[in-house]
Amino acid sequence: MSDHQAFADALLAAESTCPPGLTAWNGSDPGRRFAVYRNNVAASLVDALAETYPVTQALVGEEFFRAMAGLFVRTNPPRTRILSFYGDGLADFIEAFTPAASLPYLADVARLEMLRVRAYHAEDATPLDSGEISRLLADEGRLPQVCFDLHPSLALVRSRHALVSLWAAHQAESVSAALAAVVPDSREAALVLRSGLDVEVFLVPEGSALFIMNLRQGIAFGPAAGLASAGDAAFDLAAALGLLIRSGAITSATIAGSIPS
Amino acid sequence: MNSRLPSVPMAVGAASPRRLPASGGVGLKPEHFQEILATRPDVGFFEIHAENYMVDGGPFHHYLSRIREHYPLSVHGVGLSIGGAAPIDRDHLAQLSRLLKRYQPESFSEHLAWSSHGGVFLNDLLPVPYHAGTLARVCGHIDQVQDRLQRRMLLENPATYVEFSASTMAEAEFIAELVRRTGCGLLLDVNNVYVSCVNHGRDPYDYIRALPLQHVAEIHLAGFAHDVDAAGDSLLIDSHGAAVAQVVWDLYAYALERVGPVPTLIERDNDIPAFPVLLAEAHRAERMMRDLVRPSLALRT
Repeated sequence: MSDHQAFADALLAAESTCPPGLTAWNGSDPGRRFAVYRNNVAASLVDALAETYPVTQALVGEEFFRAMAGLFVRTNPPRTRILSFYGDGLADFIEAFTPAASLPYLADVARLEMLRVRAYHAEDATPLDSGEISRLLADEGRLPQVCFDLHPSLALVRSRHALVSLWAAHQAESVSAALAAVVPDSREAALVLRSGLDVEVFLVPEGSALFIMNLRQGIAFGPAAGLASAGDAAFDLAAALGLLIRSGAITSATIAGSIPS
Repeated sequence: MNSRLPSVPMAVGAASPRRLPASGGVGLKPEHFQEILATRPDVGFFEIHAENYMVDGGPFHHYLSRIREHYPLSVHGVGLSIGGAAPIDRDHLAQLSRLLKRYQPESFSEHLAWSSHGGVFLNDLLPVPYHAGTLARVCGHIDQVQDRLQRRMLLENPATYVEFSASTMAEAEFIAELVRRTGCGLLLDVNNVYVSCVNHGRDPYDYIRALPLQHVAEIHLAGFAHDVDAAGDSLLIDSHGAAVAQVVWDLYAYALERVGPVPTLIERDNDIPAFPVLLAEAHRAERMMRDLVRPSLALRT
């Protein structure tokens, strides 16, 4: 029906307009009343983004963030009725958003924040029993062929910027002191993972990031470790494995080519 | 502990255990998950927004599962767009059905409003013109929802800021006809009644009398914010961001006298206060229900 189309269009229009067919009991201009809906739509969606992206907002300030988010909302309104992951495209939007060009790390920080929200709501999975993991690791003959399944919440971001340090500084008691110590141009990789009910962010070396990404793609232990060493001469397999085990990231294991038990 | 009041008398049958208690409920907020489990407050029921729990896993399901073990539950949808021009989204309805199967809530409710159009979700409860065409369409949507979910739903009266020149029916008349044709129940949002009546120059007491009150199965109470329209007249905003106003408590008392004790939810979605603040409002609603029935029923203390 065209009445809803005109109403919906006016809700998201850049200029304040009033759709036809509206009335007010006292004969007053319905545009002022329609603006309540316009404001509700924009403010509620910008609020949803602010909730997902607190560090992105802190890095640019609330005024800048809300103006940028307002533009994003009008051009990228939600396509689903479930708002938990609304704003998945904000990082790409930021990358193309010239006024934010002076903060080249901003988009990656936004990526990290969305991954945290995704990890928070990701499917539950029980970590593999530590005894079972020890048994697999001790079986040197078959270990290279083992494929490890990782927790559904696990995700990685590799950045040209110090995204983990920037994000972590905003969790510190004194944000400005912590931020002063960050060198934004140093490369960092973030491992995001829900451990129990808490979403954690780990700073991982390049080799560990490659290794975990390979495992995630279903590559068996041996080749995954080989590729990580080739990509990063300093790759520390024991450290990478230790992190995965401690954080409960390994949820099951199969021998490549065998039927999963 | 408060003594629990009997459920609101319905048209037929004995009290069913699959019904919210006629007591005070509170909207469940993640901020309060841990406190609720740790202190087990005296709350009649909790209500959740369905869409917030349409996620795969994590803390929301962890806490809701545990809280649900101890309290009756109402699932309140905000995304079905029952008043929408487009057909009901089948995928969304399927997700809703899964959520209801999982948590087996005592009640499911939605709004007389639309929120999606052309594949875009607008995240607001938008107004519907009231005429024969929209009546038939909304009835069709409610029938479809009730058929798919295999349960009676409650429909909430809206808070609105504009009216349509195309409307030919009064809102209460429209709702009465929806209830008559579809057999759905009514979620009477007393704050919405007050907000809409002030916004459209109507008498909220007349409005309540015009509703099919025998079908009210839940009441919502919330706070509003003040604005003015282009003529300088009051324009109230359904903000869910403040305490329930005294004028709304007065209107609630009036509704209770006509409806009897009924599950009553304190809704708060913005500027969420400490849990005891909401609990105190829920208990105030319970006291009003108790005072209402005391003359005719000797309650144990």
